[in-house]
Amino acid sequence: MPQNYVPIFIFVALIGILLPGTLLAAKLVRPENPHPAKLMPYECGIDPVDNARGRYTVRFYIVAILFVVFDVETIFLFPWAVQFKALGLFGLLEMFIFLGILVIGYLWIWKKGALEWI
Amino acid sequence: MRDYFYSYLKSDATPGAAGNMLWAFIYIMLIFMGLSIAVIAMNWLERKVLAHMQVRLGPMRVGPHGLLQPIADAIKLLIKEDIMPAEADKLVFWMAPLIVVTTAFTTFIVVPFGPQHAVTDMNIGILFMLGVSSLGVLGIVMAGWASNSHYPLIGALRSSAQMVSYEVAMGLAVVSAVLMTSLHGAGIYATGGGSGMGTLSMIEIVRAQQEQQAWFAFKFFPLGLVAMFVFAVAMVAETNRAPFDLPEAESELTAGFHTEYSGFRWSLFFLAEYSAMIAVSSILVTLWLGGWLRPFPNLLAGPTWDLVFSLFPGLTFLALAGLTSGFGALLGLIGLILFISPVRAWVQDIYWFVAKVAVFMYLYIWYRGTFPRYRFDQLMKVGWKVLLPTGLGVLIVTAIVGVL
Repeated sequence: MPQNYVPIFIFVALIGILLPGTLLAAKLVRPENPHPAKLMPYECGIDPVDNARGRYTVRFYIVAILFVVFDVETIFLFPWAVQFKALGLFGLLEMFIFLGILVIGYLWIWKKGALEWI
Repeated sequence: MRDYFYSYLKSDATPGAAGNMLWAFIYIMLIFMGLSIAVIAMNWLERKVLAHMQVRLGPMRVGPHGLLQPIADAIKLLIKEDIMPAEADKLVFWMAPLIVVTTAFTTFIVVPFGPQHAVTDMNIGILFMLGVSSLGVLGIVMAGWASNSHYPLIGALRSSAQMVSYEVAMGLAVVSAVLMTSLHGAGIYATGGGSGMGTLSMIEIVRAQQEQQAWFAFKFFPLGLVAMFVFAVAMVAETNRAPFDLPEAESELTAGFHTEYSGFRWSLFFLAEYSAMIAVSSILVTLWLGGWLRPFPNLLAGPTWDLVFSLFPGLTFLALAGLTSGFGALLGLIGLILFISPVRAWVQDIYWFVAKVAVFMYLYIWYRGTFPRYRFDQLMKVGWKVLLPTGLGVLIVTAIVGVL
C-alpha cells in the first residue's frame, strides 16, 4: 500500500532539516581561525608528497566487479525465497541450475586467483 | 484532529500501515531521541567495559563513574573549530557525513520494536533495510575522496571493498531466513497450518517465527544457527568494527576515511557508526532471534510463564537501581511503574527487543577487547572464501530440507 511508504519521505525530510540545522547552529558557537598550516591534509606532521587522488591498486576494481556479479545473484534469489513453497520442486530445480552456473563461475574465479589479495 | 490522534491507538497496525502520519511523525521523533540516547550510552558503556576488560577504570571524573563524560564530549565537539582542508572538494566533503547519517538512521523506519511499534510496515522491509544500509558505502567513499589526503583515500577504498565483500555473504544469509518464513508445515519438521507464503516484511517475519513456534536461529538445527553466524560475522565487517576495523586502523591510517573531519562533522560519523551497529543488530534479532518475542515460547508456554516473563522489565530496572547509588531511586521508581499491569503488557515487546539488541551491542565491545585486527588479505579471504560458500551452502541445504 502506498501509505506505508510515506513515512520514508517524512523521515528523510526531517533529517534534511535537522542535520544541516545543527551544523549551522554549531557554526554560531565554534571559533573560526583558519591558518594555511591547519588547512593542509593530515600527514602525521610531514608535508604531503603529492596529490592524493593518484593511482591505487587494481584489486579494488576486481572486488567491485565480483560484488556486482554476486549481489545481483542474491537479488534474484529473493523472489524465489518468498515464493519457495508455491514454486515447490520445480522452483528448486530451476534455482539449482541457476546456482550451479554461478558456482561454476565462482570456482573458476577462485582458480584464476581473483579472490587472492596479493 | 482528536479522533485522528486516537485512531492509531485503537488499530493493531503500525502508524504507517494505518495511514496515521501524525503518529508516524511521533515515532520518528522517538526514534531520533532514542537513537541519540543509545549512542551516548554506548559511548560510555564501550569506554567503561573496554577499560574494565583491560583492568583500567575508564572515565571516572565527569559525573558518577564518568556517566556525564559523553555529554561533556558532545559539548566539546560542538564548540570545536571545524576544519575543512583547503584542497578538499567542498560540496562532497560537506555532504558525506549527512549521507552516512541519513542512511544509518533511515533503516530504523522498518525496525519492529513490537507488533505495532514500528514507524511503518513495508512489504519489502528487509530488502529496504539491506538496500539503504548498503548506501552508507557511498558516503564513506565520498568522505575519503573529497578529503584529498592519502590516509582517508586508502581508508575509504579499504572500507568500500570490505563492505561490498561482506554484503554478499550477508545477503545470502538473509535469503535463507526469508526462505524459512514460507516453510510453516514443511518436511520432517512439519507442524501444520500456515499460508505457505514467504514474506519480506519485518513484522511478518517475526509473526512467522511466532506461528512456527521457533526462532529461525533454532529452526532446522543447525542450519538457522549457521546462517545467523554468517550474518553475525558479516555485520561486524559491515560496520567497520574490530576485528574488521581496517578502514580505521589507528596504527596504519590514523583514522581512516574521517581523518580530515573534525568537530561536529566528525561526531556525525561517530553517530552513524553506532546507529549502523544498532541497525544491523536489529536486523539479526528480527530475522533469527524472534524480534519482540519472549524467550522459550514453546518450552515455557502458558499464562503463568507469560506473567513471569512480563515481570522482567521491572526486575531489570530494580536490579539497576540496586547497582547505582545516586539516582537509583529514580530507576527503582521506573521499575515499580513497569510492574503495573497495562504498562507491563505495553512495554514487554519493546523490552525483549532492546534486550536482545543490547546483547549484540555488548558482543561488539567484547570483540573489540578480545580479537586482534585482521590483515587485509585475511579479511578478503574470510569474506570470499569462507563466508560466501558457507552462506550459499546453508541456503541450498535449507531449500532441500524445506522441500523434503
